[in-house]
Amino acid sequence: MSAPKGKSDSARAIGLEVSLAIAEAVKLAEAEVVAAYPITPQTHIVEHLSELVANGELTAEYVPVESEQSAMSACIGAAAAGARTFTSTSSQGLLLMAEMLYIASILRLPIVMAMVNRAISGPINIWNDHSDAMSVRDCGWIQVFAETGQEAVDLTIMSFRIAEDPGVLLPLIVNLDGFTLSHFIEPVILPEAAEVRRFLPPYETAHKLDIQNPLSLGALGGPEIYTEARRALDLALTGAKPRIQRVFDDFAKVFGRQYKLVETYRTEGAETILVTMGSISETAMTAVDEMREAGQKVGLVRLRLWRPFPVEEFRAAVAGAKNLAVIDRAMILGFPEGPVATEIRALLYHEKNRPHMTNFILGLGGRDVPRSHFKHIVERVRELGASGRQGRYELVGVLE
Amino acid sequence: MSAKTIVTTEALMKVGDLPLGLTVQPGSTVDFKTGDWRSALPVLDREKCSYCGFCYVYCPDGVYQDMGPEKYYKPDLDYCKGCGVCAHECPKKCIQMVIQEV
Repeated sequence: MSAPKGKSDSARAIGLEVSLAIAEAVKLAEAEVVAAYPITPQTHIVEHLSELVANGELTAEYVPVESEQSAMSACIGAAAAGARTFTSTSSQGLLLMAEMLYIASILRLPIVMAMVNRAISGPINIWNDHSDAMSVRDCGWIQVFAETGQEAVDLTIMSFRIAEDPGVLLPLIVNLDGFTLSHFIEPVILPEAAEVRRFLPPYETAHKLDIQNPLSLGALGGPEIYTEARRALDLALTGAKPRIQRVFDDFAKVFGRQYKLVETYRTEGAETILVTMGSISETAMTAVDEMREAGQKVGLVRLRLWRPFPVEEFRAAVAGAKNLAVIDRAMILGFPEGPVATEIRALLYHEKNRPHMTNFILGLGGRDVPRSHFKHIVERVRELGASGRQGRYELVGVLE
Repeated sequence: MSAKTIVTTEALMKVGDLPLGLTVQPGSTVDFKTGDWRSALPVLDREKCSYCGFCYVYCPDGVYQDMGPEKYYKPDLDYCKGCGVCAHECPKKCIQMVIQEV
């Protein structure tokens, strides 16, 4: 497991579908507005939220909109009115919502969204990969990836606190893998409501529409201001990084589960380091254990924070490795490497002691990622060696 | 920056001075002078003008002001974008659009 548990916590773990657990976390966070449109595999989250609202368990405005574009528009309106706001989507729904994502970030509205990662069509596909997340990489939102059900719950609660931090005020996406995480029943500890309320007080802000103090949101920004506006957003996003870690640390003090922006697993003395994001990291850890037992010097680095990219933390995590095997769950069509690998290669370009780096793309459109994939990858890295093929992805398990 | 060539800027405001979320105060659009979008300027021949008010009515930006006793309408050049609708609609053809050199 990625995070240690508090002493009394194990007794409180219950078996819960991760989607429902996320909805329960949104309830614990006392979200005031939920505007969403159902789409597989995100549906169970908003379905359960609508039940919680209908049953009076959550006092919130649930807006059953007619599309994802409307969902995000309603969320923007609600957040602009100062409400704690939540939505969720996947894949095609995300694409329909996409234009509004960029508005939410430039307006600095702290909306929280669970993105249940699903492949982008076509061919039409409802299963998991990261092509949806990568399609909105540059939308200016904070973006994190959850590995487990517990982490999805904890990140959801922390996300409101991060997004609403007056020094951050940015929307935030919690990515979690469709089906392989969202639909699994896992042991999950739901924090006590009173403790969550202490950790996450009601959202109070001066940055909102107020009839006593009128202002306009969403004004035109022509050539004389657009450059400065984009720079300001980039500074806000990159500047959020230490505050995100601070919220992780505060969470650990209250709930006993410590998270980091970048997690390492058995990287001490590792010659080859695998780099992953999301739920396949759990499988990768098991594979690393087995390879370590067989005497191979293999470790794992998992990116929890994707935007802003944890540049320094990542560099420190992979320092000393001879080989990096960066794993992508999406392709960049027309480019020799996937999105995560492309960024990591760019980051390492200026390093004096660069590791050899290879990009492996796997698990597209729901294709299974067993432990053997990671073992194959480590063998391939060794085979390629120092003179190995670099700068071109390998598509694991492709039949061609 | 130490490069010799100076980069000119048309920026209105420094990055650090932008308001959070780019909010805009009410009534501040009046300070946003849009006249510099214009490439052609309406020029009125007052000899031919019959003070009918078509320019005043048709102007899509409402920049024409009634000059009252002087019996003509005058465009506010801070906001006139030079679209030429007034010249097109003028029944006396007394408004000419004159290209402005930048």
